[in-house]
Amino acid sequence: MPTDHETHDYDVVIIGAGGAGLRAAIESLAKGARTALVCKSLLGKAHTVMAEGGVAAAMGNVWQEDNWQVHFRDTMRGGKMLNNWRMAQLHAQESPDRVYELEDWGALFDRTPDGRILQRDFGGHRYARLAHVGDRTGLELIRTLQHRAVSLGVDVYMECKIVKLVRGADGAVNGAVGFWRQNGQFVTFSAKAVVLATGGIGKTWKFTSNSWESTGDGHALALWAGADMIDMECVQFHPTGMVWPPSARGLLVTEGVRGDGGVLKNLDGERFMFKYISPYFAAETADTIEEGDKWYTNKSDYRRPPELLPRDEVARAINSEVKAGRGSPHGGVFLDIASRRSAEEIRRRLPSMYHQFKQLADVDITTDAMEVGPTCHYAMGGVRVEADTAATTVPGLFAAGEVAGGMHGANRLGGNSLSDLLVFGRRAGAGAADYALGLGKGSPLDEGAVGAVTNHALSFLRAEGESPYDVHEDLQETMQNLVGIIRTGSELLRALEELATLDDRAAKVAAKGGRSFNPGWHMALDLESMLACARCTTLGAIERRESRGGHTREDYPKPDPELEKVNMVARVRDDEISVTSEAKPVMPAELRQLFEEAT
Amino acid sequence: MAANGHSGGGPAHAVGSEIVMKLWRGDESGGGFEEYRIPAQEGEVVLDVVHRIQATQAPDLAVRWNCKAGKCGSCSAEINGHPRLMCMTRMSTLPPGEITVSPMRAFPVMRDLVTDVSYNFEVAKQIPAFTPPLKPAEGYRMAQVDIDRGQEFHKCIECFLCQNVCHVIRDHEENKPRYAGPRFFVRLAELEMHPLDTLDRRAYISERMGIGLCNITKCCTEVCPEEIHITDNAIIPLKERVVDSRYDPIAWLGRKIRGRPVPTSAAEAARHTGAAATEARGNRSGAAPAEAASAGGSGDAADA
Repeated sequence: MPTDHETHDYDVVIIGAGGAGLRAAIESLAKGARTALVCKSLLGKAHTVMAEGGVAAAMGNVWQEDNWQVHFRDTMRGGKMLNNWRMAQLHAQESPDRVYELEDWGALFDRTPDGRILQRDFGGHRYARLAHVGDRTGLELIRTLQHRAVSLGVDVYMECKIVKLVRGADGAVNGAVGFWRQNGQFVTFSAKAVVLATGGIGKTWKFTSNSWESTGDGHALALWAGADMIDMECVQFHPTGMVWPPSARGLLVTEGVRGDGGVLKNLDGERFMFKYISPYFAAETADTIEEGDKWYTNKSDYRRPPELLPRDEVARAINSEVKAGRGSPHGGVFLDIASRRSAEEIRRRLPSMYHQFKQLADVDITTDAMEVGPTCHYAMGGVRVEADTAATTVPGLFAAGEVAGGMHGANRLGGNSLSDLLVFGRRAGAGAADYALGLGKGSPLDEGAVGAVTNHALSFLRAEGESPYDVHEDLQETMQNLVGIIRTGSELLRALEELATLDDRAAKVAAKGGRSFNPGWHMALDLESMLACARCTTLGAIERRESRGGHTREDYPKPDPELEKVNMVARVRDDEISVTSEAKPVMPAELRQLFEEAT
Repeated sequence: MAANGHSGGGPAHAVGSEIVMKLWRGDESGGGFEEYRIPAQEGEVVLDVVHRIQATQAPDLAVRWNCKAGKCGSCSAEINGHPRLMCMTRMSTLPPGEITVSPMRAFPVMRDLVTDVSYNFEVAKQIPAFTPPLKPAEGYRMAQVDIDRGQEFHKCIECFLCQNVCHVIRDHEENKPRYAGPRFFVRLAELEMHPLDTLDRRAYISERMGIGLCNITKCCTEVCPEEIHITDNAIIPLKERVVDSRYDPIAWLGRKIRGRPVPTSAAEAARHTGAAATEARGNRSGAAPAEAASAGGSGDAADA
C-alpha cells in the first residue's frame, strides 16, 4: 500500500536516548538485532545529563563492608518495601559490573588514593556507595554510552516525537508512529520489539527539576497500547531544589551537597532534621550533632546524620518547617556547606553547584548558604515489567529506566536511578533483542491505525482554539496544588474533576503556525501524555489510603501493612483509565531474612 | 564578554521595566528580526523571556532547550551578537536597551533560533573509539592526577558554541568536510590523553581532522560555558603531537606492529600494553608531567 510518510524497518526500536535507551541499544546491537534509537531531542541532551551526585553500586572500594545485600536492603527500606524485590535484587547485584563496564568504555570516575573508583555518601545508603565525577556524573554516563553506541554504529533518529504505538492483529506491538520535529512530516517504524526508555513525568507539576521532555510520553504510549502501570501515585519530590530566583525555582541541588557534609538549617539556624527522625529509621540515624558529624569518617562506630535520611523524609521535614514559619526568605530552608567544608573542597567536589548558584542566583556557596525546597523530581511508578527481561504486559513491548515501575517502590534512593538505567537498560535491550530475533518475520503495520494517528495529530493545527501553553500551565497548577507533596482525599477528588475539564480543553487546543519546528503543536500532543499520567497518579493516590514513601496522605498519615502487599495498577479498558489494587510479588524467605537480621 | 559590561545605576531589565527583545524569525529561505515587548520579571535568564514570549505572543517560535541549568548545551544562540547559552545568561547582566537573539551563524537555520547541527554528529561518528588494553584481573587502576586533564575535557556539554565561533568553518562552509572543529579536538585530546587508551590517532588527527587549519585564535576557549581551556590544553598539545619530530608514518607503523601483537594470554597482553603505553607516552613531546606519571601508573596496574 502506498504511504505518504517515511518508513523504517528494524528488529528493535528504542524510544528515548537517555541512559536506559542508550544502554539498551548497546545490548541490542551486541545481540545482533537491527536496532534504532529514536529521541525527542538531540542525542546526548536527555534528562540523564542532569543527574549530578553519582551512580550507586556496592563495589566496596571505600567501605569493604559494603555488598549487594546491604545495597538491596537499603533500597527496599528506602522504598518502604513497596519495591519489586526481584528488580531491587538484580539492581544491587549487577550495578557494580555496569559501572566497571563504563570504565571499559572510557568513563573517568573520580579516584580513591589507590587508584580505584571513589564512592561518596548519599541519603539512605549505609556506606559511601556512589561512583561519581564531581557533581556531573550523569553527563559522564550519557556521553560514555553515547560514544559507545555511536562507535557500534547504532542508527539514531533525533528530534522525532513518537505519538502512538501500533499493534498487530495478534495484539503484539509491532511499530510506532511519530513525526520529525524539524519539518512535521510523519514517520513510521516497523519493529518486532519496542523498548520504552522515555524517562519521567515531571513536567506535569509546576515546580520541577525536569526538562521539557519529561512529559510521560512512554507511560502514555504503554497505557494506550494496553499495558499495566503500577504505583503511579508514588512521585518523588526531591528535598533540595532551588527556590530563588523564581525562574530557577525547582532546579536541582544535588544530594551530594549533604553527602559531602552540607546541613539543613531553618530561619533560627537550627539543624532541624534531628526533630524529624521517624521511628522507622531511628535505629540507624544519629540523634546528636556530634555523632552525625563523626559518621563522615567513621561509619563503624557512628550513625549517619538525619540530613541523609531518604528523600521523602527530608522533603516532608522541609515542608513542615516552611509551613511552621521557620523557612528562609524565599520560602525554602538553608542548605549550608560553606561553614562545613573549605572553599577549595567545595569547588572541587561540587563544581556545577558552585557555577549554578553563582550564575543564576548570585550566591557564592563557598561563603553563603543556599536556599532550597522540595521540587518534583522522579516517578517511582511506571510501566509494569517482568524484572529479568523488562517485558511489559503487552507482547513486544519492553520498558526500562524511569518509565518502568517497581524498582524503587514508594521512594527512590539517590544514586539508584543511574544504576537502574544501566542494569535494566541492558536487560531491556537483551530482552527485546532475544524476543525480536526469536520472532522470525515481523507483521506489517496496520496502515489504517497509522492514518488515524496522523489525522489526529494534524487536527491540532487549526486557527481557532485555546493556547496549549495555557492548558499546560493550568495542569501544572492543578497537580502542584492538589496532587503535590502532601495529599488529602477531598483535594484528590477535586483534582479528578479539574483533570476532566482539562481533558476537554486539551482536546480543543489550537496550535497556530505550520508543521515545521512548531513547539506549540508539540505541546498540544505532549499534553495528551501528561494528562494520562496525571490521571493515573491521581487515581492511584485516591486508592492508596495510607502514607508511604513519596505518597503522603494527610488523612491517612500512617503506612497500612496491608497496602505494602499491593500495587495500584492503572490500565485502559473501554477507553477509560481505571485503577485497582493487585497483589505484588512476594519476597522469598532467604531475602526476607536480611531485614530480620539487620533490624 | 561585553554582555557583562553594564555598570552604573540599577540593574538593567529590572522588574517593572519593559523588555524589548528582537528575535530572529525565519527559515532556510530567509528571515529577519521581529520585535517583542514584555514586562520584566525577577531574576530571569534570556531563555525565560524567550519562553514567555513563546507562551503568550509567538506560540510557534522555534527554540531548542532541555535542562535550563547549563548542563545539556541545547539552547546555544547569539545574544546581542555574542554566542552564549540562553539559560545561563541573566537578563540583569545585559546592557540596557533592546536585546537581540539570533541563531548560531555557523550552522544552517532550520527555523527561528534552531539550527541544523548535524555536521557535529557526522564528525562524531568518524572518531576512532576508545581502545583500552586487556583488563587486568583486579580491574584498571588510575591515579586522580592522571585523569584531571581528561576530566576537564569530559566537562564538554556539546553546546557547539566553540564550533560556531571557529572561523575555519564559520566563514568557510567549504572547510567542513575536512575539519573537525574545536569540540572534536577536545574529544580527540581526551582520548589521546586517556591513561588507558592504546590507539595512536596522530595521523588521523592531522590528515582527516584537519587540525593544521586551526591557527589558535582562541575564540573557542573564550565562549566555552564550561571554561575548558580548549586551545591551551587540547588543541596545542594535539598539534605538538602531530608535528612531533619523532612522528614518522613508517616508524609509527613499525611501533604499531611491534607494540600490539595478538595477545595469547591475559598476562602477556597486560605486559605488552604496559610497555606500549610507556613507549607511546614517553615519545610524545609536550607531554605534561602528569602524563609521564600516568605511563608509570598504567604500567604498574598492568604488572600488578
